[in-house]
Amino acid sequence: MAKQVAIDGNGVHYTPLNQQIRKAVADGADEIVISNVLGQRFIGDGLRGNITIHIHGVPGGDLAIFMSGPTIIVHGNAEHAPGNTMDAGKVVIHGNAGDAVAHSMRGGKVFVRGDIGYRGGIHMKQYEDRCPILVIGGTAQAYLGEYMAGGLLLVLGLHGPIKTREIGSGIHGGEIIIRGDVDDACLATGATKVPLTDEDRARIAPVIREFAGDFGLDPEPLINVEYTRIIPASARPFVGKYTWE
Amino acid sequence: MTIGSLPPRYRISIDPVRCMECERCIENCSYGVFRRDGERILVNSRNCTACHRCIACCPRDAISLEEQPCDYRSHPLWTREAREAIYNQARTGKIILAGMGNALDYPIIFDRLVLDACQVTNPSLDPLREPIELRTHIGKKPAKLDLRRRENGDVELLTPIAPNLRVETPIMIGHMSYGAISLNAQVAMARAAKEAGTFMGTGEGGLHSAIYPYQDRMIVQVASGRFGVNIDYLERGAAIEIKIGQGAKPGIGGHLPGEKVCEEVSRTRMIPQGSDAISPAPHHDIYSIEDLAQLVRALKEATEWKKPVFVKIAAVHNASAIAAGIARSPADAVVIDGFRGGTGAAPRVFRDHVGIPIEAAVASVDAKLRDQGIRNEISVIASGGIRGSADVAKAIALGADAVYIGTAALVAMGCRVCGNCYRGLCPWGIATQRPDLVERLNPDVASEQVANLIHAWTLELAELLGAAGINSIESLRGNRDRLRGYMLDESLMQVLDVRQVGA
Repeated sequence: MAKQVAIDGNGVHYTPLNQQIRKAVADGADEIVISNVLGQRFIGDGLRGNITIHIHGVPGGDLAIFMSGPTIIVHGNAEHAPGNTMDAGKVVIHGNAGDAVAHSMRGGKVFVRGDIGYRGGIHMKQYEDRCPILVIGGTAQAYLGEYMAGGLLLVLGLHGPIKTREIGSGIHGGEIIIRGDVDDACLATGATKVPLTDEDRARIAPVIREFAGDFGLDPEPLINVEYTRIIPASARPFVGKYTWE
Repeated sequence: MTIGSLPPRYRISIDPVRCMECERCIENCSYGVFRRDGERILVNSRNCTACHRCIACCPRDAISLEEQPCDYRSHPLWTREAREAIYNQARTGKIILAGMGNALDYPIIFDRLVLDACQVTNPSLDPLREPIELRTHIGKKPAKLDLRRRENGDVELLTPIAPNLRVETPIMIGHMSYGAISLNAQVAMARAAKEAGTFMGTGEGGLHSAIYPYQDRMIVQVASGRFGVNIDYLERGAAIEIKIGQGAKPGIGGHLPGEKVCEEVSRTRMIPQGSDAISPAPHHDIYSIEDLAQLVRALKEATEWKKPVFVKIAAVHNASAIAAGIARSPADAVVIDGFRGGTGAAPRVFRDHVGIPIEAAVASVDAKLRDQGIRNEISVIASGGIRGSADVAKAIALGADAVYIGTAALVAMGCRVCGNCYRGLCPWGIATQRPDLVERLNPDVASEQVANLIHAWTLELAELLGAAGINSIESLRGNRDRLRGYMLDESLMQVLDVRQVGA
């Protein structure tokens, strides 16, 4: 029998809230349900463990920052930078999220059902078996995947094609895959479009199925359709810029 | 031929009478100056960087080095450096990168400040028989203490005290990352920091497991690339430092070229081997002073408010206003890095032209924080060009709590300040990852030398304090009365808040 802990977030500052979460994890809880969350920042900050946290309400900025392991499911919108510098684990947002989603994320997954703000997936990076995955159901604002150094950023465009500009500005690793065609004018310097191969499609299919499963969507119409793959034009964008004294 | 070859910067010559052809110079020079040709050792001076490794290794003192053996026509404006930068950029069309600190001939304010000593009216103290307190605490101090007397007469402290770092001497070692320097160099300095009761920074290079034994002496850095940062790293450090800027290159990011990202460096930075490690210019989750406060809180929350968090900024024109903003966040210390701060590599134009001297920056930060009544809210650490105990004393008298040293610690391990750190061929085993070169630096010996240096400066500080009749470093802090300006202009003395010699 899974051990569930309920926390009422009403009027609770983030520090005591995180203390209650840490205590529940230490006490061996499998699931934590936090109700009445209203803007508390840093929920799950630096948290370890194999636990699922349900958040009802709107968490504040830096949700799951430095988190390493747990799953957080937000039944609502999230503020800026959920998954900031996250190491492992999963954040599922049943709504929209703000700017700098998954900033510097090194591992784990962030799934956003709706739209995200500016600079989504900025400076995501990968290392050995750690490959961060950010999936956006809706659309994203400008500078998507800026400075990206690794990982997978997938935009499904469930509400229509993406029209944002400066995609992949300064990208030097990883890949941005967007459903449908992306106008060349939307790409930033340093980013380049390549066709999605069958191998690529086989690689992203399980991610799409997992995303669809989390949000109760039918994945099949999202799999064998047109995608645009955006990768760095150069893995070393600065290499030609400098000379030695 | 349009530009042709430039005159060599150095000329190496071997005295054939003294030379015994032992070939130590050939073995030791990683830049390829020396080679054997039959019965002779030949020299290619063009490869020389003036690192002095050959001179240090020659058992017969047979090698001599001459700087600028063939100069251009002298001209006060069109210096050699100005001309050569043009030749370089005319050929390449690129930004010039350079190593070490600011190489322009700006006046050194420290050398225009003199310290005070007691004569007759208040006697000086002898550190041999009177304790001089050099220990200090880095971190937030409460504005007032609430106390309660218990029934048994004991006094109970009611005010919560923020965690502070206890440093036994106000000399700390600044941030030099594994990657920029070798692991042996980092281990040596970490061991010296532990030995001396002080702390040292990791830089943005993560924490190698070889440093774990000294982790309670390490300040772990969080910079804009977030390399090596995870919860384990944050929890290991004694304190955490957010790097906003660096004195050698204010306003721009960092860039470790893929060539330096070997297997071990890739592991601590958590990036693929051979990939460029690019730290963006700003932190992309910090676009305002409020965002900075948010990252400070995020780091404190991650480590359950047990670790002090520092914020390092480059000394720029409005450093004092920025420091005042930082002091209003939960940050425990602000590090001000002056324009003479060292670096492995920086664009030359930034290294030489951007930022302000640490002396003016620390004085104005201290003054601003005092004006606003929040000096106690935060510790101030000065860095960038601290060469000796006199600079430490002067920086503290200008308002710092402690200093970071960088280049001085490297010099204690043999560095000759040749400024070729970016080439990764450091023959002293400091700024290199090449295993045969790294091996040259013995961490046991090097750590002792760095510890000796800190110990020696600490002794000198005690003497300076004693001579001034001051028995605690905290009484020197911001004590401008013990400084006088010598040949400084009036407006600068106003900024420093010091009086003229004789006044």
